[in-house]
Amino acid sequence: MMQTVPIALENCAKTFADGTRALEAVNLEIAAGETVVLLGPSGCGKTTTLRLIAGLEQPDAGGRVRFGADDVTALPIEKRNVGMVFQSYALFPNMTVAENIAYGLRLRRQSAAEQRARVGEMLALMRIERLAERSIDQLSGGQRQRVALARALAVQPRVLLLDEPLTALDAKLRDTLRFEIDSLLRELGITAIYVTHDQAEAMALGDRIVVMDHGRIAQVGAPREIYQQPASRYVAEFIGTMNRLSGHADGEVFRCAGGYVAWPALPAGAQEILFRPEDTRIAADGEAATLHGTVGAAFFCGNHVRLFVEVGEAQPLVLETPARREYRHGEPVALAIETHGLMVL
Amino acid sequence: MSHSLAISRRQSALLLLPAAIFFTAFFLLPMLRLFFISASGQLGWSAYLAIVSDANYFRALWTTLAVAAVTTLLTLVISAISGVFLQRHAFPGRALLVSALTLPLAFPGVVVGFMVIMLAGRQGLIGEVFALFGGERPVFAYSLAGLCMGYVYFSIPRTILTIMAAAEKLDPRLEEAARSLGGSPWHVVRDVILPGLRPAFVSSGAICFATAVGAFGTAFTLATRIEVLPMLIYTEFTLSANIAMAAALSFSLGAVAWLALALARSAAGATVAAAG
Amino acid sequence: MKHGKLLLSLQFAFTLAVCAFLVVPVVMSILAGLTVNYFVGLQSGLTLRWVFEVWDAYRDTLFLSLGLALACLALTLLLGVPLAYLLARSRGRLARAIEELLMLPVAVPGLATALGLIVAYGGFAGFRTSAAFILVGHVLFTLPFMVRSVLAVLSVIDLPTLEEGAASLGAGFWQRFRDIVLPNCRNGILAGALMVVTLSVGEFNMTWLLHTPFTKTLPVGLADAYASLRLEIGSAYTLIFFLLITPLLLTLQVLARPRRQSFAAPDNTIENAS
Repeated sequence: MMQTVPIALENCAKTFADGTRALEAVNLEIAAGETVVLLGPSGCGKTTTLRLIAGLEQPDAGGRVRFGADDVTALPIEKRNVGMVFQSYALFPNMTVAENIAYGLRLRRQSAAEQRARVGEMLALMRIERLAERSIDQLSGGQRQRVALARALAVQPRVLLLDEPLTALDAKLRDTLRFEIDSLLRELGITAIYVTHDQAEAMALGDRIVVMDHGRIAQVGAPREIYQQPASRYVAEFIGTMNRLSGHADGEVFRCAGGYVAWPALPAGAQEILFRPEDTRIAADGEAATLHGTVGAAFFCGNHVRLFVEVGEAQPLVLETPARREYRHGEPVALAIETHGLMVL
Repeated sequence: MSHSLAISRRQSALLLLPAAIFFTAFFLLPMLRLFFISASGQLGWSAYLAIVSDANYFRALWTTLAVAAVTTLLTLVISAISGVFLQRHAFPGRALLVSALTLPLAFPGVVVGFMVIMLAGRQGLIGEVFALFGGERPVFAYSLAGLCMGYVYFSIPRTILTIMAAAEKLDPRLEEAARSLGGSPWHVVRDVILPGLRPAFVSSGAICFATAVGAFGTAFTLATRIEVLPMLIYTEFTLSANIAMAAALSFSLGAVAWLALALARSAAGATVAAAG
Repeated sequence: MKHGKLLLSLQFAFTLAVCAFLVVPVVMSILAGLTVNYFVGLQSGLTLRWVFEVWDAYRDTLFLSLGLALACLALTLLLGVPLAYLLARSRGRLARAIEELLMLPVAVPGLATALGLIVAYGGFAGFRTSAAFILVGHVLFTLPFMVRSVLAVLSVIDLPTLEEGAASLGAGFWQRFRDIVLPNCRNGILAGALMVVTLSVGEFNMTWLLHTPFTKTLPVGLADAYASLRLEIGSAYTLIFFLLITPLLLTLQVLARPRRQSFAAPDNTIENAS
């Protein structure tokens, strides 16, 4: 059974030797058994946060890393008992698959029989028994990924750390493995921290998502919460697509270049309203539409059409509509927006 | 990507110290000693001046530099023609040819000298061929020409390897582009291939020059009459027992060789591959 | 097109000529070492007499050279591999300076290095007259080749990530050095080792000044033979040297040949695996 623990970062800032400030003082608590995804564009500090937890970086003075009741701040990675999966897998080319998986056990001085049993267990868990005696350079990307996971889990780590583990794979395989990792994490109940820049991956895997921006935590929350109630424009625009209208509030009506949007809850003085593409639709025939525009572009996507509608804003509004009819460039359209999807940030 | 796993002072010391102690004890300190000895003769520090003011030394210096320069030029031309050809064309027996061309790599100078005697000595092949046609037997093994030949012999294998490696990295699309713009084969050679090989020329040329300046074995085998600097150092040291002058000449010679390599490195921008 | 063909033939012929320039004297010297009387020519008959004569008179030089080469290899491994790893890890100015310094015994003529050793340690008679005196020179000269060869391999593999992987599994510094660093720079160590042995066996520039009548190496013996003995004996001696060094050089060639990158199997093979 995994000896899974809660993780806490207290006041963890990171300044590199060259003076680069990678992380502002961050506080984060992760419950035992929880899967937390660190999400953000490159350079946002997500990998640095992961490496602080791993013990590959030391926080600036004052920062603390706790695994359960233990303060592990001063411990190097090799003493923290973590399992880590690297973006480039970091499998040892001088060892076979089985030897890679057994390496951590060997360092823990387990008997040969124990090692063999545990390696067998891991190979079975990842369904790669047939690869046991292969050398690393005979493996495909997906296979390497499984070996890396098996190796990290073999030592029964206190926490599993995954640094963009799927980035090097092609889209289809990424989907399959995402599903597998999800099932695996749930089955094992291990505390897992997963770094990615891919929001779809984050939504699928995370119990909670930590959105990061320029070395700060922008928002922490369940995927649904992050999507539906983004704490800032940064989060709103990083997660999914966001439509935006600029104009001014006039009582319960927001006036803009393409017409107006009625919203009883409209805050006074709002200069901008935001809403998702799925809350935007083409007005039904005979519906009293208040917002008008012209089709800027229409991308046929098979089951739907992705429409870009010019309404006199810097950015066209985006919406998806059933592919029942064709839309031509320049064609006038009337839009309706679901009131419950409107927000101001 | 930089390394984040800390390496302690003690660990660094354990990795570095064996080599550092050895190198300091057996190279840095002896060279320092030699440096002070070079000024301990009758001439003092002006021993270094004597290299320029003394006609004998000066001539030897010039001879050494001239032989090295000619060697470098010949080696580069020969190796460029053969190296590019071998890299570009696949034909049966190519691997064998490359193998044969690079086999003399790291033959010691004495053996190279003997090879020159085989070719251009008193019973050498070149003499035989001339005799066959009723001509006079040219015997040039024991002259500067023979020495030059030896250095070229020594330098070709390594230079061909460097140039082949550089030619392999040339982007064939550049040549296609030049041709598509109407360039003749000669233009392609002049404007694309040669500039692309320039770094390889500079680095292997410098190594070639530096070895020719400092080599001793070949000259030693061919004749003690050839007055190049290494021979002069040797005779100063052994026959005249003039250690101070030998030391001063050694430092000057070392400076020339090192300078050639350092200049090449700054010209090529990259680290010049080690001689060997 | 005709023009191109002609040019190509010329290049080919030229390359063959260069090859002949390098190989013909080797063949001639081998033949000379096996000929009864080289002055008369091959018709005087073939013999192993000269080879045996050389063997009787000079085999000690062969063994000394081999012993020196192996000792030199051991020392360069011991000194060079840890140093290469340290240099690979710290790519700063200091590391560059150390690398540069290390190259000096190769850049500076061997005579100068030998003179330095003589003026500094010539007074210690026991050391001066031992083979260790030559060994020191050989190590100075070959060490940079070992360091560079290992360093070249270390800078191609993604060492930082591999080490992080090992550390995450619980490996400390020396465990990583033993289990990850050393096995993964095996090819560099091998190439460096061959280079070191080859160069040590052939070193003459320094050795000529460092040797004593009791510590003659193979190249020193060769120079002796060339200077004072008949051509056939010099040739037979050279033949023995070739027999020693050719396998080393051929192995070096095989190692230097660019290895094919082993590409990963396509990703769809994962279905077969599971």
